[in-house]
Amino acid sequence: MLELKAVSKAFGAIVVAERIDLSLSSGEALGVIGPNGAGKSTLFNLITGMLRPDSGRVILDGRDITDLAPEDRCRAGIGRSFQIPLPFDHLSVFENLSVAALFGGGMGQAEAVQHCGRTLELTGLEAKANRPAGSLPLLDRKRLELARALATRPRTLLLDEIAGGLTEAECHELVETIRTIHAGGVGIIWIEHVVHALLAVVQRLVVLDFGRVVAQGVPAEVMRSSEVQTIYMGVPA
Amino acid sequence: MIGLDTVIEGVLLGGVYALFALGLSLIFGIMRLVNLAHGDLILLAAYLVLSVTTVLGIPLLVATLLVVVVMFVAGFALQRLVLERVLGDDILPPLLVTFGLSIVIQNGLLLVYGADSRRLQAGAFESSSVTLGGGLSIGLAPLTALLTAIVAVALLQLVFYRTSLGRAFRATSDNPQIAQLMGINERSVYAIAVGISLAVSVIAAITFGIRANFDPSIGPARLLYAFEAVIIGGLGSLWGTLVGGIVLGLAQTIGARINPEWQILSGHLAFLAVLMVRPRGLFPSRRP
Repeated sequence: MLELKAVSKAFGAIVVAERIDLSLSSGEALGVIGPNGAGKSTLFNLITGMLRPDSGRVILDGRDITDLAPEDRCRAGIGRSFQIPLPFDHLSVFENLSVAALFGGGMGQAEAVQHCGRTLELTGLEAKANRPAGSLPLLDRKRLELARALATRPRTLLLDEIAGGLTEAECHELVETIRTIHAGGVGIIWIEHVVHALLAVVQRLVVLDFGRVVAQGVPAEVMRSSEVQTIYMGVPA
Repeated sequence: MIGLDTVIEGVLLGGVYALFALGLSLIFGIMRLVNLAHGDLILLAAYLVLSVTTVLGIPLLVATLLVVVVMFVAGFALQRLVLERVLGDDILPPLLVTFGLSIVIQNGLLLVYGADSRRLQAGAFESSSVTLGGGLSIGLAPLTALLTAIVAVALLQLVFYRTSLGRAFRATSDNPQIAQLMGINERSVYAIAVGISLAVSVIAAITFGIRANFDPSIGPARLLYAFEAVIIGGLGSLWGTLVGGIVLGLAQTIGARINPEWQILSGHLAFLAVLMVRPRGLFPSRRP
């Protein structure tokens, strides 16, 4: 279980997170939506430790991880994929995964090889295992982004706009993959603009705006709520 | 005339330059750190070996192992206690700090050892040679230096491409932030890299110290050759650094054969020529 307790962060006068309270039960899938600049990626940076909050605490399975470094949070079970894929370009696809499995997943060599093999299969990258990551086309880079996060064997997986820029068919395939991952017991927080993809997976939806949680609950209700209507459709509340 | 003997001499000298340059190439490749104290750290290692062999009377080989360990630990500590504080987006602070370190080491050595020239004693090994056909013979010490350089590059390549530590090095080199998110402790990776760099410098110190006299002031000149070797070879490529060292050694020896006063100059000219034709070096492995 992951909890954010009154987490705040500001860059000078710009507040990117304002007393955010959020929790993810183990194995739950949570969707996060909100306009650009609402603080969605900041939320992930606060959870992974790339940013330290100005105030508030981040708790993972009852343990306060607010002061842990990113690598330690990864080892504690938090995996993340980036909106813009950032593979290690000079490493092969397999090596990208193996670094994540060995260091982030804390696996031994043999176990890492096995786990990476399964992850490559799940994400449809087996045939490209030995290619340099820098040579992959966009779709495969997105797959690798997901695969590498999975290679750390996370118990909580953070997905940042992973469906953006995909065709309808590719998006469908991705949704199936994420469902499989979720069915394996991995908790997921998914930031996404492609709302129909999100709604096919998540059980709960959170709406962020100006660094605040403005609505949360059952996806269908949240989508009908006046807050979402105001933000997305410009309908005054 | 420029004969086979000149070429062989140049290639062998290149081995020494490659060893100078390896440690520099290694930490630049992994952490983008230009270590201006590299030449002085090599000298420090040479003086440590000198002390351990002459004052303590320990045989050279054992002394080498001892100093390799000492310099690895020193490199690890240097990174964790000093360099780590200044590494960042701005390249100026680490340059200033390593420049300062260079001055501190030079003056420290001057204080402890004085300004006299020293040399490492390797007994009969210094003057023995291998005879080839055609009246050519090769000094055993320079030949060993070249072979050591080749073995050192091969071993480092093995570490880089066949071990998990090597993968961590390469991943961190590609993107330190993401590497951290994948569970890699960036601070340890960097500290180990600097440790290895200084450990390799001990080997450079010994091959150099047997071959030529040294005194506390010559570090910066060694640094310059090392730089040239790294840049001729291409940033981030260890085999490239070896080739860079050999190109520099060849240029210097050939220049010296034409006119003894041209040795240093022709090395620098070869460096400039490579920069003009291939600004990113002969074997660039990194994006600009």
